[in-house]
Amino acid sequence: MSTESAPAPKSNVAEDVQQGPRVAVSALMTNLREYGLILALIAIMVFFQFTTSGTLFKPVNLSNLIQQNSFIIVMALGMLLVIVSGHIDLSVGSVAGFIGALAAMMMVIWPLGPLSNPLVVSIICLIMGGLIGAAQGYWIAYHRIPSFIVTLAGMLIFRGICQALLGGGSSVGPLPPEFKALSSGFIPDVIGPLTLIPPTVNAAGKTIMGSGLTLHMTTIVLGVLAVLAYAYFGLSTRRKRERHGYEAEPFVLFVAKTLVGSALALFLVYQFASYRGLPVVLLVMGVLISLFVFITKRMTIGRRIYAMGGNVKAAQLSGINTERLTLLVFVNMGVLSALGGLIIAARLGQAVPAAGLGSELDVIAAVFIGGASAMGGVGQVIGAVVGGFIMGVMNNGMSIMGVNVDWQQVVKGLVLLGAVIFDVYNKNKA
Amino acid sequence: MASTILEMRDITKTFPGVKALSNVNLSVEEGEIHAVVGENGAGKSTLMKVLSGVYPAGTYDGQIIFQGQECQFKGIQDSEHRGIVIIHQELALVPMLSIAENIFLGNEHAKYGVIDWDANENRTRALLKKVGLREDPKTLITNIGVGKQQLVEIAKALSKEVKLLILDEPTASLSEKDSQALLDLLLEFKRQGMTSILISHKLNEINRVADKVTVIRDGRTIETLAKQDISEDRIITSMVGRSLDDRYPPRDPHIGEVVFEVKNWSVYHPLHADRQVIKGIDINVRKGEVVGIAGLMGAGRTEFAMSLFGRSYGRRISGEVLLNGQPIDVSSVSKTVEHGVAYVTEDRKTYGLNLIDHIKHNITLANLGGVSRHSVIDDLRELAVANDYRKKTNIRASSVYQMTGNLSGGNQQKVVLSKWLFADPQVLILDEPTRGIDVGAKYEIYTIIARLAAEGKAIVVISSEMPELLGITDRIYVMNEGRIVGEMPASDASQEKIMRAIVRAEGKAA
Repeated sequence: MSTESAPAPKSNVAEDVQQGPRVAVSALMTNLREYGLILALIAIMVFFQFTTSGTLFKPVNLSNLIQQNSFIIVMALGMLLVIVSGHIDLSVGSVAGFIGALAAMMMVIWPLGPLSNPLVVSIICLIMGGLIGAAQGYWIAYHRIPSFIVTLAGMLIFRGICQALLGGGSSVGPLPPEFKALSSGFIPDVIGPLTLIPPTVNAAGKTIMGSGLTLHMTTIVLGVLAVLAYAYFGLSTRRKRERHGYEAEPFVLFVAKTLVGSALALFLVYQFASYRGLPVVLLVMGVLISLFVFITKRMTIGRRIYAMGGNVKAAQLSGINTERLTLLVFVNMGVLSALGGLIIAARLGQAVPAAGLGSELDVIAAVFIGGASAMGGVGQVIGAVVGGFIMGVMNNGMSIMGVNVDWQQVVKGLVLLGAVIFDVYNKNKA
Repeated sequence: MASTILEMRDITKTFPGVKALSNVNLSVEEGEIHAVVGENGAGKSTLMKVLSGVYPAGTYDGQIIFQGQECQFKGIQDSEHRGIVIIHQELALVPMLSIAENIFLGNEHAKYGVIDWDANENRTRALLKKVGLREDPKTLITNIGVGKQQLVEIAKALSKEVKLLILDEPTASLSEKDSQALLDLLLEFKRQGMTSILISHKLNEINRVADKVTVIRDGRTIETLAKQDISEDRIITSMVGRSLDDRYPPRDPHIGEVVFEVKNWSVYHPLHADRQVIKGIDINVRKGEVVGIAGLMGAGRTEFAMSLFGRSYGRRISGEVLLNGQPIDVSSVSKTVEHGVAYVTEDRKTYGLNLIDHIKHNITLANLGGVSRHSVIDDLRELAVANDYRKKTNIRASSVYQMTGNLSGGNQQKVVLSKWLFADPQVLILDEPTRGIDVGAKYEIYTIIARLAAEGKAIVVISSEMPELLGITDRIYVMNEGRIVGEMPASDASQEKIMRAIVRAEGKAA
């Protein structure tokens, strides 16, 4: 009794009643910001669909688009964590180039026997990437050398090693087809194709390319399953929250979100199915994106990274080993840079000295367009992915339109600046 | 007598959804020190922002009459031009610039953009003399203490031909000695005819220097007290709207065995390797006991606590820490926390909170294992925990999704406390737990401390406010220059006794 004598706590019931609508409004606001980015991506896609007279959404172009940009998105996943933890990594493009060169040397030039198997080489390369990340992260985490400087050095060092490995200006190839499948392959149709409209056969008895409609059924089934799982998990999380008496986001918003998301996904799946199915690299990307969403949203290590970026001292005094965490963030970045390098090499079919040159800037831009803060502590995986796609679609769309590469850069720069200004403006208004 | 220099009439300021000020009246006479008091969030700072033009004319209702003229300030430059200068709680000095550069920043003596350094330095010397600061104008701000920085701020204000000086909690981060010096300075300025408005939580200071006190509560003026009516009790009653018979919650201590013990603890300075900061300290805390550590600023109390807590401060640390009679490893924060020792920092904004994240994430940060399985966080459980602690510690926020950066000092402190309560420690070290917090919130913090002690936790409170230590602890250690120089049961202690222990030690040291 004695300890309860001071200011009477407000009645809980009254508080909760008061709290309801406000939470809903704030949920709507945060959601609007999150969806603003996706809406921007859709708007950009529609714009280019229009200006390229329908080429953008053609199945073959969609596959190209994915294959051209997947390495940016893969590296952006790692860069997001780096930036959220309050650092930067300028070396990713060079590391990707170096790993591509290493992979090519191991598979084509060096007499490694069974070790030159593409799978073995890929694994060694990923480990190598992790080691590079650890080497850079060590100085950043344990010796407090600014990441900007360490990775700037890394950028020079690994580009140099990449060029030296390839023996000056030459390229090394061709890479084995099994390896190239990582970038340019499609998943096999284990169910078998479904022919809706038989292809037209011309007078000479040959089928006309692109005529008819055959669906890649494995792709369709996978796509439908993914969409069902997405809707099911959304609904069950909602149910659980409601059962425990917590306010979830407004139902209308939830339904709208799920419907639009599913429709968009199904449309893309259909486009892929009517071509050659899901690109392998899209599957790899999808798995990685889900993994990183899970890590950042649900796992303790993700939470700790955000806390570290938000206030490193408070995180330390809360018992978080910030040095080790920083090291891990850079190891992760190294592995993903290596994967990016493998994807680039697989797409080109050879290792070239300039592979991944300048791509660190595209990766960093994707993360910032996605709403991450340069001060650390703020940023979302989905944001970075959408940011990456915005860059990719603009690249692709402008190329089809025949916009000069010089001007493409100007436009991309303006979009980056605009997105960040929009973010800052929004934050100040709130 | 004196004429009215400033009159603020019916000031009403509304933010979206909140009425921060409603019909506030403030009348300040020429040459007086006018104190403005109120709980955190009562509207003091908003009122001062209206006065200084941070909220430009037109964004509020009401009139500001300064020296007989109605003023419509469009910004800070406007009000400064008229001689109204505000010194904010968080000092606005550039650390890597010199005193002189800071004082004339944006206002340099210059011709065609070329700075006349001699003129700046001479003027600075004259100003520093006025505020009683003996420092070279070329000294960098980062190399002088907070107390002196505060004086530099005042010198900067003087350089602007100030007629009305507003000080927002000027002594919040100053030591007793520096605070006294600052207050003396204010009295000196008053003798020279300057008018000041003093915003403060420290009622003893107000008692000492203020000629009038205006009390603000919930965005309204409650009353203005004249010199002869000023008393701490009167102000407190008026501030919180109820009388606090007792500023400290009653306790019924049940003190058990020794839980936490530190033996012969020594620490050296992190930069100056041969300077010993902590010199062989022995302390112990019993189950259910609240132990205070008193001392002046610079006695080494925070350094002692930080070095105990995962060696977060200092080098060449030696000594032993025992928990329930067993030595424990405190070589890292996570190990210390695992053993059940928690430390609530003095500076909650820098060391305690992730200000850009919300209450929920801050509360669970030190014990994520408590809301997760196999490193996967259970969102609902986390939400339940956060809501539970919000209610237990009475955090006033719209929801647990509010950013901690937007909370008042008292509520931020409750979030930090909640974080450590959720980690469920056996030993809780609280460093200045009520600094910069208003009276009502202080009482709530004391209540939490009392409840924890009643639950059988061992608690150490470091505080510079002696009445607070006398009010809430069972036993007090007195610390000076890295040593324990006195120990006394709280029932037997008094401010004089504590001071005597310190002074005696200083005498010995000299």
